Amino acid sequence: MWNIPFFPPTASKEGEAISTLYWTISWLAVFFGSIVLFGAIYLAVKYRASNEAVRRDDAVETDLRLELGWTLIPLVLALAIFGWSAKLYGDIYAPREGAYEVFVVGKQWMWHCQHPNGVRENNELHLPAGRLVKVTVISQDVIHAFSIPAFRVKRDAVPGRYNTMYFTPTQPGKYHLFCTEYCGTKHSEMIGWVYVLPPEEFQLWLAHGGGGGTATAALSLEEQGKQVFEGVGACSTCHMNPNAAVKAPDLRGLFGSKVKLADGRTVVADEAYIRESILNPGAKVVAGYQPVMPPYQGVLSEEQIIQLTAYIKSLAKEQPAGGK
Amino acid sequence: MATITAQTGTERVNYLNVRTTVASWLLTLDHKRIGILYLLGITFFFFLGSLAAATIRLELATPKGDLLSSDTYNKMFTIHGVLMIFFFLIPSIPASFGNFVLPMMIGARDVAFPRLNLLSWYFFMIGGMLATIALLKGGIDTGWTFYTPYSSAFAKGEVSLAIVGVFLAGFSSIFTGINFLVTIHKMRAPGMTWFRLPLFVWAMYATSLIQVLGTPVVAITLLLVAVERSFGIGIFDPNRGGDPILFQHLFWFYSHPAVYIMILPAMGVISEVIATFSRRRVFGYHFVAFSSLAIAIIGFLVWGHHMFSTGQSIYASILFSFLTFLVAIPSAIKTFNWMATIWKGRVHWEAPLIYALGFLGLFVIGGLTGLHLGSLATDVHLTDTYFVVAHFHYVMVGGATMGYMAALHYWWPKMTGRMYPQSWAKLAALMVFVGFNLTFFPQFILGYMGMPRRYHSYPEEWWALNLLSSAGASILGLGYLLPAVYLVWSLKYGRIAEKNPWGARGLEWEAVDTLPHPHNFERTPIVTRPAYDYAHPEEPTAIFPAPRPAYVGGGGKDG
Repeated sequence: MWNIPFFPPTASKEGEAISTLYWTISWLAVFFGSIVLFGAIYLAVKYRASNEAVRRDDAVETDLRLELGWTLIPLVLALAIFGWSAKLYGDIYAPREGAYEVFVVGKQWMWHCQHPNGVRENNELHLPAGRLVKVTVISQDVIHAFSIPAFRVKRDAVPGRYNTMYFTPTQPGKYHLFCTEYCGTKHSEMIGWVYVLPPEEFQLWLAHGGGGGTATAALSLEEQGKQVFEGVGACSTCHMNPNAAVKAPDLRGLFGSKVKLADGRTVVADEAYIRESILNPGAKVVAGYQPVMPPYQGVLSEEQIIQLTAYIKSLAKEQPAGGK
Repeated sequence: MATITAQTGTERVNYLNVRTTVASWLLTLDHKRIGILYLLGITFFFFLGSLAAATIRLELATPKGDLLSSDTYNKMFTIHGVLMIFFFLIPSIPASFGNFVLPMMIGARDVAFPRLNLLSWYFFMIGGMLATIALLKGGIDTGWTFYTPYSSAFAKGEVSLAIVGVFLAGFSSIFTGINFLVTIHKMRAPGMTWFRLPLFVWAMYATSLIQVLGTPVVAITLLLVAVERSFGIGIFDPNRGGDPILFQHLFWFYSHPAVYIMILPAMGVISEVIATFSRRRVFGYHFVAFSSLAIAIIGFLVWGHHMFSTGQSIYASILFSFLTFLVAIPSAIKTFNWMATIWKGRVHWEAPLIYALGFLGLFVIGGLTGLHLGSLATDVHLTDTYFVVAHFHYVMVGGATMGYMAALHYWWPKMTGRMYPQSWAKLAALMVFVGFNLTFFPQFILGYMGMPRRYHSYPEEWWALNLLSSAGASILGLGYLLPAVYLVWSLKYGRIAEKNPWGARGLEWEAVDTLPHPHNFERTPIVTRPAYDYAHPEEPTAIFPAPRPAYVGGGGKDG
């Protein structure tokens, strides 16, 4: 109990930048807060009714220069902080290329993490130091929030919606992982640990299928997706089956391409589009096809959808058979 | 309270002794009595909400969730939030002190719609009772924010009943807002021009605008949650085709401005108290008045800053952040003008002033830590942690509730005809200030370290700061209990209050008796001086010409 920390560890590149901003604002706050608190007490003591030694007859009821001064100085400072902070936020949260991608599904009351090579872990997340990481987060039920204070980042896990966050862990170590959006009975038990490993150690950890713990070695994410595609999903009954009774869109070369819809719109086939088209195929029907695919809402879990999406992504490099 | 006698000579008719039956209270149309009724109701809910807070701090005194079950803990912070926000903070100053003094301040006999005023109290009490019944029948665990789809598709318990309670309280708030807007526009005494209005009235005007324009949105939104729960219609639940983020937009469209419903009236009180006890006109009157309106207007455009981590578009977030920094400026303007009012004043260190200085000290910390949260990059780290909890308690308890206590101590003599012991009141103010800082300052540190809010248990390394916070809360609790003791004591044993014990300017002190006549003024006053005319102590703020038979009143025409 007496080992009392007053600061969180700072273990990411983004965290360092955010800490600098945090302390700048804090010291500004201390400065202005002290002016107001001690200034008001000082004035109230100095001008106490019993003190006749102070001059009062020159008091004025208003002064435009003062008003402008205490309007404009705070305004300029506020806008400076705003600009600094907005720039930093844009740099951190706008999409960035070349990241190590992890998928996280939140559900009452656990975190389920999937690595691209198929390693899965619960309430733990292993990451390499010194490499940009992209976390895509979604919820299976209510809203959760994926928060790693040591990295100073956080994103809500919202049902029905992929959110992303980026950060670059710098310091190997073990850091708190919290759910910070109230999600029901065991909200405060929806916690875990993030382990940052030196790059070689991380590769070793991955290669050994997670090296024990709660992680499970498996097929890669896209191989798992292929299993779902051919197994529980039964997607291959129609998709990419030359003998299918039903004409279904070819999924090769699909991911990242522009898709013409039956209603005339054009959309980019990203993760959100793939997810929606699996769960609720009637929402965006591809031009030239009949809306005959059954909805998979409630049939597939968010994990399986992420696996399927990884599989469909892997087909992006292939050429569609014949025309579309 | 009904046993208080008038102070001099034969017993003069006042608003308390004019009739003393229970029915005369429950059916009263007198804004002063309705203000008292509200004061009693609000105090009751404040007490219940404080008990929940005490339970929460007791649980958090140790890292393990060992006192309550997780479900009970979740219900406790929900009770605390729902009661304190909807049944204490939002109605606190407007419905009690606003009702009591606003008509007197503008030289009116009553509010514009006395029946609506009484109805608002019944809506408030019935709403509060429904919410309390929902809590007694097993409670709700959604948090006061009722976030979907948890509240609409997952949470068990009496969520719909609590929502109906909040819905009714919302309408009572709308009624009060409508009443004050019309009263301020139409009922001002002759000569009471807009820029002669006390700044409390300007603050109430700005507050009423928010109540009237914002509250319907949250009322409908919560009703939609109840509809989704009861009938399974997909509005917010993504499994039924709804959008859970839509709820947050609608909810915060009201609930952020609601923060200004809480703080603007307190700011109005602080203007009154600082002017009175500095014996000086509020510095930069026009700037203070317009800053209230600016807060009300810009305050409607910042709701998205509650949603920076939801995945809201970066550009929307940047715009909301920009507007959030803008809305900070009017508060800064007010603060510096209050300091300039004390400057070269003649400062009387009475209890209401101590509360007002406490307000300044705590509100400024609450306001400045708002910069950390309005700023995008830092907010994402701090949101949903104890940093936010500390920030809004500094604003709502340090600010709004300090303002409420200042108002209570300032207008108590006018309301009850009695003085309370000054030294006890000063001690209580100091205890609240110290206890408050001990309770909530450690929470800033905990929040920066990442401690999430609404956690029933927490990692061991945060024990010491949490224990400090819980210890501070007990001092804070005593600081709130003390006034309950000496104020009740003063009702019977307090010194009889004079008409104007503080030497204040303003019609409610200069032109209204203590205790006030049921009609406030025996004749309609004609206002001849601006507010806070301490520079001309010999000139009364209003004169009472001999009654003219043809005169039928009518306010504001000369304004």
